[in-house]
Amino acid sequence: MEANTAREEEGRGPQKESAEEYLHRTSLERSLTGIFIVWLRDFKRFWRDTPRRLGAFVQPLVYLFLLGTGLQAAFKVFGAGETKYVTFMFPGILGMTVLFTSVFSSISILWDRQFGFLKEILVSPVPRTSVAVGKVFGGATTAVLQGTVLLVLMFLPNIFGFSWNTLGKALALIPLMILLALAMTSVGVAIGARLKSFEAFPILMNFLLMPLFFLSGAMFPLQGLPGWMNFLTKINPLSYGVDMLRAVALKGVDLTAGVNVMSKLPAEAAAKLQANPQLMEALQKVFPKMPTVQTQAHPLWLDVLVVAGFGAVMLGVAIWQFNRQE
Amino acid sequence: MNNNGVIIQTEDLVKKFGDLVAVDSVNFEVMAGEVFGFLGPNGAGKTTTMNMLSTILRPTSGTAVINGWDIVDHQNEVRESIGMVFQDPSLDDTLTARENLEFHAVVYHIARGERERRMEEVLDMVSLSERADDRVETYSGGMKRRLEIARGLLHYPKVLFLDEPTIGLDPQTRNYIWEYIEDLKQREGITIFLTTHYMEEAEHCDRIAVIDVGKIIALDTPEKLKDDVGGDVIRLTTEDDDAALAELTSRYPDLDMLNDPECKLCFEREHGEEFVPELIREFGVKIVSINIHRPTLDDVFLKLTGKEIRDEGGDRKEAMMKLASRRGAAPGTRSRGR
Repeated sequence: MEANTAREEEGRGPQKESAEEYLHRTSLERSLTGIFIVWLRDFKRFWRDTPRRLGAFVQPLVYLFLLGTGLQAAFKVFGAGETKYVTFMFPGILGMTVLFTSVFSSISILWDRQFGFLKEILVSPVPRTSVAVGKVFGGATTAVLQGTVLLVLMFLPNIFGFSWNTLGKALALIPLMILLALAMTSVGVAIGARLKSFEAFPILMNFLLMPLFFLSGAMFPLQGLPGWMNFLTKINPLSYGVDMLRAVALKGVDLTAGVNVMSKLPAEAAAKLQANPQLMEALQKVFPKMPTVQTQAHPLWLDVLVVAGFGAVMLGVAIWQFNRQE
Repeated sequence: MNNNGVIIQTEDLVKKFGDLVAVDSVNFEVMAGEVFGFLGPNGAGKTTTMNMLSTILRPTSGTAVINGWDIVDHQNEVRESIGMVFQDPSLDDTLTARENLEFHAVVYHIARGERERRMEEVLDMVSLSERADDRVETYSGGMKRRLEIARGLLHYPKVLFLDEPTIGLDPQTRNYIWEYIEDLKQREGITIFLTTHYMEEAEHCDRIAVIDVGKIIALDTPEKLKDDVGGDVIRLTTEDDDAALAELTSRYPDLDMLNDPECKLCFEREHGEEFVPELIREFGVKIVSINIHRPTLDDVFLKLTGKEIRDEGGDRKEAMMKLASRRGAAPGTRSRGR
């Protein structure tokens, strides 16, 4: 009983504030500490799980080097000359890493449900909104950490090279990556909040993620696509996310340098060719001119706006789902 | 205390899952400071009722007031007033005991300066201070349970809910936990609401509500409930049963003989422990043995529902445990009815 009176006194707060002000301040404080503790727990769980932590660092390297190098070689086989495909793909792989880690991180909610900890959270007076936001921050943190591993690799010579320019790009990419991670984790949390089946989770996620990913332009430029596919890429929020990263990463990079056929011929032969328009025309049919790779489909501000708006809506859905939890 | 010491009061609490009525218009009151038990077989609606009281489930209709707050309209105030120990584990195994408690302290808004002291206090109470910095995954089942109880008490709740607090624990740990609960009641004066389907456990309660198929069928102190079943059954073995029977019926013409051919000298008598000395003092036939069977809560349940509490088809886990305890447990740990 003494304990209870002590508690009531402690809860009364300073006299200067009005009761309403005090209640408002403490409820805001409580919401924020709630977010923090939910985030902190998720982060500790990630950090203590050594295989998961190692995997998180290795996975982006696998995507970049195995997939990127392999595809770059494949383009040579198809005769497109020398491209900087790995460089082109870099922002896409960054987006992909952030996307997958963000969305799949929400499986932690299913684990919490499975092992009962979710009940401990739901029966406590922490606002459900704080739980949802804390979970989004938790997932986004791991995604951003993985993305940061990739940013370090930007300095490799066959990607962007070691320069002040690269450093500037890496720094500019960080806030964009955080925005994308928050938006995509919100998607995951909105779905994971009420899902109970571990079997359904990966199926649902892949069903959702694969089309999003393939239509995002992460792997190939969104150019010369059939009309229906072009339409789908336009309504895919992730394509704006990738476009956003690409706008910053590929600024001022010439991706198709070195494919000019004429420059490979001896000067004499080239002059002769140019003197003969008919031959030149025939030659151009055999060696079609490499189209310029379009590195940006939308202005950067539009990309940021679409990603932020989409993220805000998904966060709203996630919060709503958590508040509906029984 | 508000409302004459009533801390929990329900008003026609109902929960339906589709067509199934899990809790059917339940009404009861719990007084501040008492240990109140919900006794019933698996699937009777015990946990569902507790989940409604603790705001995890919304009632289909009806409501309840806990510590002056309505469980539907003031969920947050109710959540702050109660501590919860669930039937299934709800700890984060990858965190240490201390980290689990820290999480709890933060979400229950315990002031920063106060946290450390309270954590030491509850850890000490459940004798886990030395293991406080070990991850919970290294704990035994009993230790986890103790930690959960400690966590439920960290924020000094008015009511502590315990859902099957000792399920799946060995008898020794079960006794430990009951010692804590009794101690708690003494020291902190908090109200304890628990569900159980162990009769032995229900005996610890100040009052119990017997629940079956979603309805409360009896509510009283364990003693009163047992008294209502009838008197003690006394069984005599003598050197000459026929002579003994003749003497018994002549001395006590109103004696309530059981008329069981297997047991000629069996009779029912209230306050058997007082009757037996009186009987022996002047009995002519030499008595070999006397057995007094006091009614148990098993008998109460059997009388009220016509079935034994343990015969109810529970879930598979429960069935397995039952099987294991039948094989492993020493005979006589559970007294069967007559």
